[in-house]
Amino acid sequence: MTTIPHDHGRGVRGFVDVDNTADVPGKRAQLVVGMDTFGEVTRAVVRSNESKRPPMAWTVMFAISLAMVGALGFAVNYLIFTGVGVWGLNNPVMWAFDITNFVFWVGIGHAGTLISAILFLFRQKWRTGINRFAEAMTIFAVICAGLFPGIHVGRVWLAYWLFPIPNQMEMWPQFRSPLLWDVFAVSTYFTTSLLFWYVGLIPDLATMRDRATNKVKQLAYGLFALGWRGSNRHWHRYERAYLLLAALATPLVLSVHSVVSFDFATSQLPGWHTTIFPPYFVAGAIFSGFAMVVTLAVPARQLFGLKDLITLRHLDNMNKVILVTGCMVGYAYSMEFFIAWYSGALYEKFAFVNRAFGQYWWAYWIMVSCNVITPQLFWSRKVRTSIPLMFILSLFVNVGMWFERFVIIVTSLANDFLPTSWDRFVPTWVDICTMLGAFGLFGVLFLLFCRFLPMIAIAEVKTVMPQADPHWEGYGHGHGAGAHAAAAHSHDGGNQ
Amino acid sequence: MSRFLFPRWSNALLPFILIVGATAPLYAVLIVAYGFSPKTLDGQYAPIQPVPYSHALHVGKLGLDCRYCHNTVETTSHAAVPPTQTCMNCHTQIHRESPKLAKVRESYETGMPIEWIKVHKLGDYAYFNHSAHVTRGVGCVECHGRVDQMEVVQRAVPLSMGWCLECHRNAEDHVRPPAEVFNLSKPTSDWTKDERLGLIRKYDIHPSENCSTCHR
Repeated sequence: MTTIPHDHGRGVRGFVDVDNTADVPGKRAQLVVGMDTFGEVTRAVVRSNESKRPPMAWTVMFAISLAMVGALGFAVNYLIFTGVGVWGLNNPVMWAFDITNFVFWVGIGHAGTLISAILFLFRQKWRTGINRFAEAMTIFAVICAGLFPGIHVGRVWLAYWLFPIPNQMEMWPQFRSPLLWDVFAVSTYFTTSLLFWYVGLIPDLATMRDRATNKVKQLAYGLFALGWRGSNRHWHRYERAYLLLAALATPLVLSVHSVVSFDFATSQLPGWHTTIFPPYFVAGAIFSGFAMVVTLAVPARQLFGLKDLITLRHLDNMNKVILVTGCMVGYAYSMEFFIAWYSGALYEKFAFVNRAFGQYWWAYWIMVSCNVITPQLFWSRKVRTSIPLMFILSLFVNVGMWFERFVIIVTSLANDFLPTSWDRFVPTWVDICTMLGAFGLFGVLFLLFCRFLPMIAIAEVKTVMPQADPHWEGYGHGHGAGAHAAAAHSHDGGNQ
Repeated sequence: MSRFLFPRWSNALLPFILIVGATAPLYAVLIVAYGFSPKTLDGQYAPIQPVPYSHALHVGKLGLDCRYCHNTVETTSHAAVPPTQTCMNCHTQIHRESPKLAKVRESYETGMPIEWIKVHKLGDYAYFNHSAHVTRGVGCVECHGRVDQMEVVQRAVPLSMGWCLECHRNAEDHVRPPAEVFNLSKPTSDWTKDERLGLIRKYDIHPSENCSTCHR
């Protein structure tokens, strides 16, 4: 690589990619490159929180997101004061953008839970670089998701009816309905994800508190750090709690989107009434979630100089997950068609042929090209490690997965059993504002998170460095990955 | 590096925070369960009417039948509020100069009805049929209380959906012979359980709990 501009000798680190994707037999791959001490890790992460001003791109993105939230607020208020008729819903198509957005956002969240819980239990150490912001993404995505069922009920002031609370009407939600299971699944998911994220944040919040230079920051971070002093007892309890929460969160990776899929699968509508839905939805959720993690990680590591911590190896691994789940999703699409033919059911056959060649054919083919074809490019190592390509492909997957939900929901409803009741759903400006506004809400929350909380689990990342190994023999020994790190450094312009 | 920690006394706040955190959801549930009930919101609603008409005097003392004024109660869903002409059947003869009746006379002359204030008001999405209840032996007193003792009409029951359902689920506790429906002074408990069960069979009463029974 060419000469790197120096900034106090160390500041430029994190802005260049180091290829650490190669697997050397007998050696653990490096997950933190170019850092020799724990202090460097801390400084690299908190730089984005402690810099006087956020990067220009952050400010621009924040302004755009805020404007989108304004549009969301306007659209939602207009909806509340006027009625759900302002959406493009009609008699057969009673669910459209609202539920599409709900399922899309709930799905996005799944990558965070998978990374934080399942990869933790499987001792996949590369998760430490990405878990913090993937979990943040989960929480913000579930917030966006929760908005939609809340407003699509029509009379939002009665949205508390979703919960089984004793009331003067002696009226309870229908416990046999998956829509109620959904309320439980999503609220459990949100609570567990939030707790998991927060527990993981405690040691880092204490770091922020200890580094804070003014009273307000000290109080704010100090309040949420819960008096963490890093004693042995603190660490012991922290790790127990973390392990238990990981075990609690693990089933949620599978259960939440299974329950979301029941919203459709338990009805008798052709196109919805399929047994493949739960695994198909879960695979799709993880697929879209990882794509969103890549979409967020690529600009974030670039902007805040975190390339030493969210390395090419992390991105490569995530792209492999996208490839695997993309194959599963592609398999599910073809299996749906096979079963539709194999069932011999006229309506079932029609529903699927109509999806591909009916009035929404373009949505179907957007979905197939984005979800089935693009991830196949990740078979190539070059594509998996190319930053621009993976960013573009991850955007394609995001678009494709949004269209998947649109195709499932709208095409099945628009052309059901009776041709006389067929209709066409066309989104209104309120539909579109609400959809874009949800992205704005997500953006605002995520950008605030980037600015005010450590984007990477500082304490956890340190544990995957060779220096954290009790058998580590010091910098001079040239033992294991430490030496490799040094070599990589000098190669990158010698900013050692 | 000097480390900022909250002072030791702040630990004493912890139990309070935990208690507040744990009871907050319970508090929300109690607010919905009791706070949103018409019992709390409306209580014994007794608005001041434009004319101080006393049911206690007309029904309790003089023995006027409910149907003299609310004459459609046995045949239609709505129990009519009487027109001024009904008042004037008697009041052209008695208390002709009473200042309490000034508005009644004015209404009679101008033809503009008196604007009575509705006390027993259901949601406009709830369809209640008076005739269905009255002809099958649900006494006026079940829902309206002892109107014959009220100087000012007030709500005697919550009129919540839960209250409607309580009767629909246990109709045998709330029926009487249809001939006694307008007898406000006789409580339903004067009839034995067996007699009431007999009425349920005799009049073929099957109160439905379906949503569409009341919300059409």
